Amino acid sequence: MPKFRQTGDILKLMSSKEDIRNIGIIAHIDHGKTTMTDSLLAEAGLLSPKIAGEARALDYLEEEQKRGITIKTANISLLHEMGDRPYVINLIDTPGHVDFTGKVTRALRAIDGAVVVVDAVEEVMVQTETVTRQALEERVRPVLFINKVDRLIRELRLTPDEIQNKLVRIIRDFNNLIDIYGEPEFKEKWKVDPAKETVAFGSALHKWGFTLSMAQQKGIRFSDIVDAYAKDEYQDLPELLPLHTAILDMVVKNMPNPIEAQKYRITKVWKGEMDSEIGQAMLNCDDNGPTVMCITLAQMDPHAGLVATGRLFSGSMKEGGRVFLVNAKKGYRVQQVSMYMGAFREVVGEITGGNIAALLGLDLARAGETLIDVEHKDVMFPFERIKYVSEPVITIAIEPKHPRELPRLVDAMNRLSIEDPNLVTTVNKETGEYLLSGMGELHLEIAVKFLKDYGGGIEITTSRPIVVYRESVLGEGVVAMAKSPNKHSRFWVQIEPLEENVIKMIDKGDLAEEMGRKRMGNALKEAGWPTDEARNVWALEEHKNIIVDLTKGIQYLREARDMIISGFRWACGAGPLCEEPLRGLKVKLMDVKLHEDPVHRGPAQVMPAVRRAILGSFLTAKPVILEPVYKIGVSVPAQWVGESSSMITRKRGRILSSEQRGALTTVTGYIPVAETFGLSAEMRSATSGHAFWQCTFDHWEKAPENVTAEIIKQIRERRGLSSDVPSPRKFIDEA
Amino acid sequence: MDEIVFVGLGLHDEMGISLRGLEEVKTADNVFIELYTSLLPNFSIERFEKISGKKLHVVSRRELEEENGEAILKAAETGKAVLLVPGDPLIATTHVALRIQAEKIGIKTRVVHGASILSAVIGLSGLHNYKFGKTVTIPLPSETPSETPYEVIAQNKRFGLHTLCLLDIKVDGNRYMKIREGLESLLKIEEKRRERIVTMDTLALGIARAGSSNPTVKAGFLKDLLTYDFGEPPHSIIFPGKLHFMEAEALIVLACAPENLRR
Ligand SMILES: Nc1nc2c(ncn2[C@@H]2O[C@H](COP(=O)(O)OP(=O)(O)OP(=O)(O)O)[C@@H](O)[C@H]2O)c(=O)[nH]1
Ligand SMILES: [Mg+2]
Repeated sequence: MPKFRQTGDILKLMSSKEDIRNIGIIAHIDHGKTTMTDSLLAEAGLLSPKIAGEARALDYLEEEQKRGITIKTANISLLHEMGDRPYVINLIDTPGHVDFTGKVTRALRAIDGAVVVVDAVEEVMVQTETVTRQALEERVRPVLFINKVDRLIRELRLTPDEIQNKLVRIIRDFNNLIDIYGEPEFKEKWKVDPAKETVAFGSALHKWGFTLSMAQQKGIRFSDIVDAYAKDEYQDLPELLPLHTAILDMVVKNMPNPIEAQKYRITKVWKGEMDSEIGQAMLNCDDNGPTVMCITLAQMDPHAGLVATGRLFSGSMKEGGRVFLVNAKKGYRVQQVSMYMGAFREVVGEITGGNIAALLGLDLARAGETLIDVEHKDVMFPFERIKYVSEPVITIAIEPKHPRELPRLVDAMNRLSIEDPNLVTTVNKETGEYLLSGMGELHLEIAVKFLKDYGGGIEITTSRPIVVYRESVLGEGVVAMAKSPNKHSRFWVQIEPLEENVIKMIDKGDLAEEMGRKRMGNALKEAGWPTDEARNVWALEEHKNIIVDLTKGIQYLREARDMIISGFRWACGAGPLCEEPLRGLKVKLMDVKLHEDPVHRGPAQVMPAVRRAILGSFLTAKPVILEPVYKIGVSVPAQWVGESSSMITRKRGRILSSEQRGALTTVTGYIPVAETFGLSAEMRSATSGHAFWQCTFDHWEKAPENVTAEIIKQIRERRGLSSDVPSPRKFIDEA
Repeated sequence: MDEIVFVGLGLHDEMGISLRGLEEVKTADNVFIELYTSLLPNFSIERFEKISGKKLHVVSRRELEEENGEAILKAAETGKAVLLVPGDPLIATTHVALRIQAEKIGIKTRVVHGASILSAVIGLSGLHNYKFGKTVTIPLPSETPSETPYEVIAQNKRFGLHTLCLLDIKVDGNRYMKIREGLESLLKIEEKRRERIVTMDTLALGIARAGSSNPTVKAGFLKDLLTYDFGEPPHSIIFPGKLHFMEAEALIVLACAPENLRR
C-alpha cells in the first residue's frame, strides 16, 4: 500500500544524520532516470502509485513533457523504510543530454552517492562515461542500475544465457570506468559487484527490480522473470520485486551517510585548513559548528525572487539567520528556508547539516558560491570552483521581433544567465548584437524557448548557429613595446604558449586564482616553471591565459597593477586575428616605464597600451586558430557502421574506436564542431535512421592551415572588420 | 612655412591669450584647439573666433592621443598649424609627445607661452615659488585609487617643501574635482596608512578660479576647509611645508589663515 508521508515526518528525520543519504540519478540520455525516480516517488507516498512509470513527474516543465527529455535537475526528499527503520533520501534527478552536463556537474557537489542508470540494450555509452567520471572526480560514490531488462526479453528475445552475458559485459565496462577515473584510494572499494549488492537489475517502466540478495531471499531466479513475460504475467513483478525496494535498499546499504561522506569529500571540494574550526565542523558534519553551505543551483522565481539551493556541510540554516556570500562579498538575512518536493518547495523553519536546502533572499547567490554565517565571514576559505567538462562552443545571435520588446529580452537574458552558468549571454551595445553561446544546438534551442517564456511570450528571431573559435600561438613572440596613448608610459611584453601540462592543471582546477599567489607559485614550480616566473603570477584569465610579472623594482607599478591586469583581460577577450578570445598564453611583463603623475597614468592610458603590447607580441609568435572538437559516439547496427564511420572521416573527423556490443556497434571519434551542423539529417539518410549518436565537447585543436584563412575571413566579415589581419606594427611602437 | 605653433590660452576666458599668441592665430592656415586637459570656465569658442577671425577645429583626446595628432601633423605639412592649449601649452599637459613627433618628421615647432595655473596658484598663495617640491594630481575617486598624492606630500614635507595638488577633471563626464573631494580622498588614504600626513589638523590652502576676476583663496585646517564653500571650479590645493615668516604673514593676511601661524 502506498504510504503517504507528511513532510513533517521527513523533517524530524533530517536531523538524524546516520539516516540521511544524499544521492543523484545520473546516466546517458534516455536510459530511464526519470522513469525510475518516478517509481521511487510513488512509493515514498508523494505521488499516486498508478501514474508512476508514465508520468515522469519530475519532468514537470512543459518543454520536458513535450520533448520527453529532462532538461533541468529536480530535487526531492523522500522517505524509505528498511527493516522498520526510516531513512531520508535527498534525491536529485539529472538530465542525460550532453548539452546539459553542466547541471549534472553542479548537482554532484551536493550529493555523496550516485545511482548510474544504464540501458541494458544500449549498454555503457559516451555520456555514461562522462557522468561517471564527473562523479568520481567529486568523490561521489557510484552504484549501478541496469534498466530496461524487459526489452532484452521482449524485444531482443535473448536467452537467459545471452542476457547474462550482456549484463556481465555492462558491469565489466562500468568497472572499467571506475578503474580509469577513480582515485587510487577509492577505486577498488567502489567497483560494483552484484554479490555485494552494488548492482541492481530491472525495468523502470514496469516498476520491478532486484539485487542478487533480494532475489535469493525471495527464491526468484532469472528464468522466472523471463517466464513472467512469456506468460504475460509481468504485471505481478512489482509486487514481488518492487523497484523502489531494490534501489533504495541498495542506496541505504551502500551509500555513505553525510557524516561518513564528509570525512573524505571535504578534502576534495574545499582546500582550506582542515584543522580550523570550520574545517573540523565540516569534516564532522557538526550541527553546532559554523553554518557552511555550497550553493549548487540558482533559480529565479517570478514571485519569490532568487532561490538558492545547496548542500549544507555544517551548522544549521534557520529562517532569519545572518549569512554571508564569500564570492559576492555580501551579507544577508535568510528570508526563508525550504526543502524540495519536485516542482514545489516546502517551507521549513530550519534545516541541519548534511542536507540539501533551498534559501530565499540571497539575490547574488550563484552556483558554486560559498555561504557562511556572518561571524565566520572573515576566516572562510571558498569552496573549490565547480569545473565543467564542456565549454560553450556554439553561438547564435538573437533579436526580438518587435524592437520595443528589447528591454524584456535583456531582462530575460539576465535571468537565464543567472540560472544557467553554462550559457554565455553577451550584449554588445555598440553593434546592437545579442548573443547566446552554449554547449550545442539543443542547449540554445531550449535557451531561446526559456527566453520567450521569461519575457512573457515575446517573439524572438534567431540566426544560424556559428562556432566559437580561439586564437593561440605556437611559438615565442618578440618583446613588444607599446606606449600609452599620451606616450608617457611604456610597456614591454612577451608572449609564449602556455605549457600543455599547465593548461591541464587549470582545467582540473589544480591551478586557480583563488589559491592565492603563493600556492599558485608552488604548483607552477612543481610543473616546471622557473622560480621567478612561478612566484610572480598576477592573474589567470578565464580562457586559460596567465600574466606573469618579470619586472624588477619599478616605481608606481603597484598602483598600475590592476590596470595592467585589466588590459591583459581585455586583450584576452578579443585577439587580433578575428577578435575571438585568446587561449593558452603565457604573457610575460618584461619592463614598464610610468609617468610620475597618477592622472597621466590612469586606466585610460595603461589598459590600451598593455593590450596593444600583448596583441603585438602575439602576432609575432606564430599565431593559429583553435577550433572546438566534439567527441562523437554513434550507436548503430552492424550494417551501417561503414557509412557512419566514413561520414565522420569525411567531415575532417577521425575514428577512435569501434566496438561491437551485441547487435549494436559503438563508433567513437572526434569531429570538429563546425562540421556537425546538419549532421542529423545526413546521418539519418545514410543509416536509414538507425543511428543514435551524441556529441560532447572534448578539446580545442589547431585548425588545419587550409581552413584557417577561410575561418578568419568569415569571422572578420561577420564582425565588420577590415579583410586583412593587422600587421604587428599596428600594435608595436618604436622606442 | 610648415610648422606647428603651440599657443597658450592662459587662464579663465578668451582674454587669457597673449597678443603674440593672437597674432600667430591670425596668420595660421589651420587653428586647432583642445579643451580636455583643463577647464577654462568662461572661454567661448564663438567669441574667440570672432576676435581672431579664424575657424577653430576642436580636437578630442582620442584624436591627439590614439590617433597621434595626425590631423594636426597633416595640416602642418602644407602650412602653419596652431594648436591652442589652456594655460601654458607644455606645462601640466602631455603635448610634448606631439612636439617630439613633429620634429622627428621634419616639422618645425614653436611655443608661445600663456599664464599657467601653476604660477597663478603659487602666486595667489603668497608662498615662495622656491620652496615647492613635486607637484601631483589627485585622481577622481571613480578612477583607480592612487596613493601617490599622499606619498608626494609626505616626501615634500620631509624636506620642508610645499606641495601643489592639482585636481582631476573629466571634461567628457563634466566632472571637476572639488577641494572637498580632494581632501576626502587624501583622508581616506590617511585612514589606511596612518602616517599622520593629512589629518583634520593639517594646514592646507584651497584656491578656486585662479586667473578669474574673483578667485577664492582660503588657508586653514582641514576640518575647516572641508566645510568651506569655494564656489565654482577649477579648484586646487596646496599643502604648505615649513613656513618662512613672510609666507606665514601672507597666509594670514591674504588667505585668512589662523593668527597663531605667526609664531
Ligand atoms: N521498455 C522500457 N522502457 C523504459 C524503461 N525505463 C524507461 N523507459 C522509457 O525510456 C524513455 C526515456 O525514459 P526517461 O525516464 O525519460 O529517461 P531519462 O534517463 O530520464 O532521460 P533524460 O533525462 O532525458 O536523459 C521513455 O520513453 C521511457 O518510457 C524500461 O525499463 N523499459
Ligand atoms: Mg530524465
